[in-house]
Amino acid sequence: MSNTTAAQPAKRSLGDIDLRAVAPFVALAVLFVFGAMVNPNFLGLDNLTNVVTRSAFIAIIAIGATFVISAGGLDLSVGSMAAFVAGTMILFLNTGAVAGDSGMIAAAMCLALATGALCGLANGLITTLGRIEPFIVTLGTMGIFRALTIYLAEGGSIAMKSQELRAAYRPIYFGNVLGVPIPVIVILVVAILGAFILYRTRFGRHVMAVGSNEEVARYSGISVNRVRTLTYVIQGICVAIAVLVYVPRLGAATPTTGLLWELQAITAVVIGGTALRGGVGRIWGTICGALILELVGNIMVLSDMVSEYLIGAVQGAIIIIAMLIQRSLGRR
Amino acid sequence: MSEILTPSPTDPPPAETLLEATSISKSFGPVEVLRDIGLRLVPGEVHAIIGENGAGKSTLMKILSGHLAPSKGTLKVNGEKTAFTGPVDAEERGIVLVHQEILLAPDLTVAQNIYLGRELRRGIVLDERTMAEGAHRAVLDLGADIDPKTVVNRLSIAQRQLVQIARALLVPHRIVIFDEPTASLTPVETKALLKVIGAIKAKNAAILYISHRLPEVKTIADRVTVLRDGKLVGTYDAANLEPVDMARLMVGRDVSKLYPERAEAKTGETVLEVENMTVPGFTRNASFSLKRGEILGFAGLVGAGRTELLEGIIGLRPANGSVRLNGNAVQFKNSKQSMEAGIVYLSEDRKGKGLLLGQSLKINLTLAGLDKFVRGMLIDRRREDQALDQAIRDFDIRTRNRDLLAGQLSGGNQQKLLLAKMMLLGPKVVVIDEPTRGIDIGTKEQIYKFITGLAAEGKSVIVISSEMPELIGICDRIIVMRNGEIAGEVAGEHMTEAEIVVLATGATMKEAALVAEGA
Repeated sequence: MSNTTAAQPAKRSLGDIDLRAVAPFVALAVLFVFGAMVNPNFLGLDNLTNVVTRSAFIAIIAIGATFVISAGGLDLSVGSMAAFVAGTMILFLNTGAVAGDSGMIAAAMCLALATGALCGLANGLITTLGRIEPFIVTLGTMGIFRALTIYLAEGGSIAMKSQELRAAYRPIYFGNVLGVPIPVIVILVVAILGAFILYRTRFGRHVMAVGSNEEVARYSGISVNRVRTLTYVIQGICVAIAVLVYVPRLGAATPTTGLLWELQAITAVVIGGTALRGGVGRIWGTICGALILELVGNIMVLSDMVSEYLIGAVQGAIIIIAMLIQRSLGRR
Repeated sequence: MSEILTPSPTDPPPAETLLEATSISKSFGPVEVLRDIGLRLVPGEVHAIIGENGAGKSTLMKILSGHLAPSKGTLKVNGEKTAFTGPVDAEERGIVLVHQEILLAPDLTVAQNIYLGRELRRGIVLDERTMAEGAHRAVLDLGADIDPKTVVNRLSIAQRQLVQIARALLVPHRIVIFDEPTASLTPVETKALLKVIGAIKAKNAAILYISHRLPEVKTIADRVTVLRDGKLVGTYDAANLEPVDMARLMVGRDVSKLYPERAEAKTGETVLEVENMTVPGFTRNASFSLKRGEILGFAGLVGAGRTELLEGIIGLRPANGSVRLNGNAVQFKNSKQSMEAGIVYLSEDRKGKGLLLGQSLKINLTLAGLDKFVRGMLIDRRREDQALDQAIRDFDIRTRNRDLLAGQLSGGNQQKLLLAKMMLLGPKVVVIDEPTRGIDIGTKEQIYKFITGLAAEGKSVIVISSEMPELIGICDRIIVMRNGEIAGEVAGEHMTEAEIVVLATGATMKEAALVAEGA
């Protein structure tokens, strides 16, 4: 009997590495090489910093989506939710309800986070208590959040009125700390927090369990509805954090704010190796996926090989290709 | 081991072989489930296949009926070498399989079901009348007079099974394979079915008959082939083989040692009292109690409501009734509450409700008792690793390495992992549903030892099982359920299969004896 080895940890060898976990990082490396060949400016620090900064919205939202999808859910409403949170946040900023620029901005940020959390809570409660497919629920709320934004903007856009406030808020997107752009820092902080929660806490373990098999989770004494609902709340908070970085960029919310972000966020999650059926969540893979999406767009702009108007088509193709690769790696 | 092979294997029958399987092997990935099986079928014989769960019976049947291709070996039908392309191909060669589960469309009529997928037409219009007549003749042939226009969901289980058999026999057949046809039948229905098999046999077809009920095999079979651990033990004349011999051949050693010796049970005060428990749609007014150190069995037919009753008590299903734990009234809304109160439940559905097959052993082990591994906010992974080492030792979980996924373990090791997972909670009451389903005999013995060990430690155990010998072997007392109600209780010398069958089916003692001991 060879079961004497049972108590020893298995030695890691090359063959043991889970290709699905590594694949996104390999793809990212390949893109770097490809980008460098296409245009020497690609590897410039300015260009790369710019790419990472621009990936911030999708990366942060996709971290939330990693939780939702790991637990076996789906949230299609993130793009509309971002527009809605941005719209309400700017409307609040425009009221000037709190004295002092920084006080005003801090209050608006808190409001945005609360709004995002509540939107997520709504998605979660309708899904779990109503026992409706998350696909349908978030399709519905996607329409609701979008329409509410357009209604608040009266068909146009919602812009920050106070120039001083704009100037005070601007650094959150355009500023840097020791040369590192603030959006990049936000990505890192959110990702580290996300990874901590997903991998090291009881809640994260429960997310994986619920996504793997809801019945097993229930029979193991886990409150499935609570876990599911909380993943949507986390998603909502992530959307709000993305909005905090987004608003100073343009200082406005428009009917097209956040359009197709749900596609990009889900694509980033799937490219990153998180299983769409739940049970496997990879935060760093998701970040990698968001970077890949942004890099592909960047290379398209720099290379002239494909019209940049086709970026959406390329991103759409990437999610399909990523799924095909996951399938074939999974089948080995 | 040769000394237990008292009955000598029968010589292969002469000439006229309908089906011959030679050196059949089957592997799934690295796991070999059948090795070098040889089997011959001649016209007009009832050939029983017996073996423990996991002995490879179903795999062999699937190969013989074209549902699976063998990895090695040859099949000859009527002396002609054959490789089936699928079940339809096998049917065209006269081999039909009657599935264990009922696979009928419940909203269609008997005739529509019998002709499903092979409807008769006149031009483009269905020829309802001819089909109705054909269907009626088909069920009459089986000794049942069922109106072919009846909708199937209005039939009893036994009638449905007859319809299913009639449907299978509509294909011109030389060989009929029955996969545990009597598993959910009452004694009376079983008798009727055995008559049907006699009728098929009389038409000179061969019948392959899989069953766990050895007395029944003794009654009906002409020859018996025994499988053990995927290997052929031998083929024997049923006339020379008593049920006890069959059991010995199946297990490979004396079966009387399977159940651990138990010292006179030292049961203590009442731990759990259940009164008038009703699980809507499943059980009505069930009352029972459980003592400290006791092993209480729950017997009954499939669908009698045993699982649902216990799931209702521990909060996994909506239920009404009073539950007292150590004298205190409790009402569990979910399994977390019952776990915290010290009651754990190990589901019969290990793969669907017990373990996360796609996750590691460690994640599975600590899932229910995760609170014990949380320090501050963090999960203490080192203590999780230690717990896994401990569990692997304590429960003898055999695994190549500890990074395997739970789904890669054998059924027996999965059950041990599930036990380890629930024992981490330090329960006072352990409910185990079908503890040895799909588990090999060696592991069974370990599980029995473990269960009796729990009772000896002063824990109370409830075992739900469909295997009566198992309940009789390890329990102090057995509650028998029928149609959602507690039909009675047996203990001491009354713990016999016949008495349990009487309570479980409502049959008379005489009928039960016929089934339990073979008519």
